[in-house]
Amino acid sequence: MKTVFERPKSLTFAKTHYCPGCTHGIIHRLVAEVLDELGVQEETIGVSPVGCAVLAYNYFDVDMQEAAHGRAPAVATGIKRVHPDKIVFTYQGDGDLASIGAAEIVHAAARSENITTIFVNNAIYGMTGGQMAPTTLVGQVSTTSPRGRDSEIHGYPLRMSEMLATIEGAVYIARVSVHNPQEVAKAKKAIKTAFELQIAGRGFTLVEVLSTCPTNWGYTPKEALQWLVDNMIPVYPLGVKKTLEEEKA
Amino acid sequence: MAKVLMKGNEALSEAAIRAGCRYFFGYPITPQNEIPQYLSKRLPEVGGVFLQAESEIAAINMVYGAAGAGARVMTSSSSPGISLKQEGITYMVGAELPCVIVNMQRGGPGLGSIQPAQSDYFQAVKGGGHGDYKLLVLAPATIQETVDLMGKAFDLADEYRNPVMILGDGILGQMMEGVELPAEETPVTLAGKPWATTGAKGRKPNVINSLFLDPIELEKHNHHLQRKYDCMAKEVLWENYQTDDAEIVLVGYGSSARIAKAAVDLARAQGIKAGLFRPITLFPFPKEALQEACKQAKHVLTVEMSMGQLVEDVRYNLEFKVPVHFYGRCGGMVPTTRAVLEEIIRWVKSGKEETHEDSL
Amino acid sequence: MLKVEFEEDRCKGCELCKDACPKNIVIMADHFNTMGFHPATVVEQEKCISCGFCYRMCPDVVITVRKEEKK
Repeated sequence: MKTVFERPKSLTFAKTHYCPGCTHGIIHRLVAEVLDELGVQEETIGVSPVGCAVLAYNYFDVDMQEAAHGRAPAVATGIKRVHPDKIVFTYQGDGDLASIGAAEIVHAAARSENITTIFVNNAIYGMTGGQMAPTTLVGQVSTTSPRGRDSEIHGYPLRMSEMLATIEGAVYIARVSVHNPQEVAKAKKAIKTAFELQIAGRGFTLVEVLSTCPTNWGYTPKEALQWLVDNMIPVYPLGVKKTLEEEKA
Repeated sequence: MAKVLMKGNEALSEAAIRAGCRYFFGYPITPQNEIPQYLSKRLPEVGGVFLQAESEIAAINMVYGAAGAGARVMTSSSSPGISLKQEGITYMVGAELPCVIVNMQRGGPGLGSIQPAQSDYFQAVKGGGHGDYKLLVLAPATIQETVDLMGKAFDLADEYRNPVMILGDGILGQMMEGVELPAEETPVTLAGKPWATTGAKGRKPNVINSLFLDPIELEKHNHHLQRKYDCMAKEVLWENYQTDDAEIVLVGYGSSARIAKAAVDLARAQGIKAGLFRPITLFPFPKEALQEACKQAKHVLTVEMSMGQLVEDVRYNLEFKVPVHFYGRCGGMVPTTRAVLEEIIRWVKSGKEETHEDSL
Repeated sequence: MLKVEFEEDRCKGCELCKDACPKNIVIMADHFNTMGFHPATVVEQEKCISCGFCYRMCPDVVITVRKEEKK
C-alpha cells in the first residue's frame, strides 16, 4: 500500500489546544501541506497572532515569531525586508486582522509587501471567550452583544477581502471556506496560489478562510459548519476578489 | 580628522550607518524628522532598507520582526510616538531582541509642544511599558557624544539582547555642532545570531516569543531578565566636572547638563565651589559615582527640563544623605544659565545646613 | 497495514470525519482515549475507498490514508 495522505512535515507533532472540531486545525494543515509541496519548509518564517492561534509557533515546524495583537503584518514586513528571499506568512484571526490590526494589513497590502496572510474569519473572538468581532453578523449573539449585534450601535461587519482587493498593491485576494471536503480542496488551492505568487515575488497575497467556532457559537462542530453555510456565506461570498489575471484583461 | 558641521539628528543617523545599522523603520514627528529623512537618502546608498511605517506602532513592530530576523535595526521618534511604541518595546524585551530606539524628547503630556523637554525620564528609565523590565538608557549631551555612543548602543543591544534607548531632546536633535564621524570604512563585524529566524535550514526552528503561559516559566524568565540588568551595572558612564571640592553639586543630563555646566563656570568665577555630576547612562544609574561626587557637598541641585523626574533618582541614589534641590522648566521652556546660577547662589547663601525635609 | 489509520490519542471526537465519509464507515469508538474523547475509527477497512475526505476534514492530523497499489 502507498500512503496518500499523512501528517505534513511542516507541522510539528504537538497536539493542538484548539477545541474539538475547530477549523484552525484544518487550516494549519493546509498551510503545512502547501509549504511541503512547494518545498519551502526550511525557507519559511511564520508570524503568529494574538488569538486562539497564538500558540501556532508550537504547531508549524518552521521559524516563527509571535507578534503583538494586530501587528503581524508589520512584524512580517520587518522580517521580509531583512530576508527578501525567504517565505514569510502571517496567520491571523478576525480581531487581530480586522480590528486592532486594520491599519497594518491595509498598509502591508498598500506596500505590496511580498508576504502571504492567512486570515481566519469565524465572526467572533474565540480566545477571549466569544466577544463580538468586526466580522460578527448583524443579529449575532456574542458576549459583548448579548441582544444580538445591533447595527445602530455597532455598525456592520467588515468584508476585509473586498476592501483589500481595492488596493493596487494586493495581487491575490481570495475568500474560501472549509465546511466540506470539496471546499477544503478549493481552500488549499487558493492558499497554494498565494504562496506561489509570493515565491514568484509578485507582491501581497491574502486568503480569507471562513471558519467555525463551535464553542463560542454554541453549536456542535457539525452544526457549526452548517451555520457557516447558512449565515456567513451570504454575508461573505466565496471567490477570488483580486488576481493578477484580471489586470491583464 | 576634519570636523563636519552637522545637525544632531543627521549626525546620529550617519553614525548609526557607520555602526552597521542597515534597517530603519519610523514615522515622522517633530523634532526628529531629519532622522527618517536622512536615512531615507543614505540607507539605500549602503544597501540598507528605509521604510516609513504607517504609525509608530507599526514601526516598532517592524523593528521587532527585523531584529528577530537577525538585523541591526533602529527606530526613532519623539515623546508621543515613544508612548505609542511602549507595547512593542516590552515585547522586544520579553523576546530578548536587540535594537536602538532614539527619543528626541519634546514637551508633554499629550500632544504637548514641539519644543525640547526632558519629561520622559520616568518613561525611559522606570518602564513606560508594562511588566518588569529595563532599557539600557544613554543620555548624550553633545552631538559628538551622540555620535560616539551610537556604535556602543548597537553593540550593547546585541550583547545584552535588549533594546537600548538614546534619550535626547529637541535641542540636541536640532542644533548643529562640529563632529568627527567614525571613519567611513570602519569594518563592522556583526556577531552571529544563532537564535534569529533566518529559515530553519539544517537546524531546529527558532521561535521569537515573549509569551510564557506557565507562571513557573515566566517567573524564571523574569529572573533571567533581571540578571541581565544586574550585569548591565558595569556599563555605567558619567562625567564629573569640578566636583572634587564642590560644596554644591549640580546634577543633570543631556542639554540641561550643558546649561548647568555653564552656570557652574559662572559660579566658580564668583568664588562659589560648584560642580556638575552628569550621568551618561541613566540606566544603569551611576550610583557609586554620584555618591563619590557628592560626598563633600552640602547641597545638590538637580536641573532638568521637567517637573522633577531625575531628581527622584538623585535623592534615591544619594540615600537621602544630602539635601537635594530641584530646578526645572517644562513645556518646552529651557532653563537659562542665569536662572540656574541664581539657584546655586540661593542654596549656597541660604546659610544653615538644610535638612532633606527642607528641600522637599 | 491499514487503509485508513487513526492515531487515537490525537482524536478530540469532533466527528467531522464521520460526517465527511462518503461510505459511512467511520464510527466513534465506545471506549475513551487518553484525552477523554471517544476516538473516531474505521472497522470495515475493506469498504474504504481511500478518498481522503476524512483526512481533509480532520483538524488534528489523526488520520493516515493509504491506497492499495494496483499490480
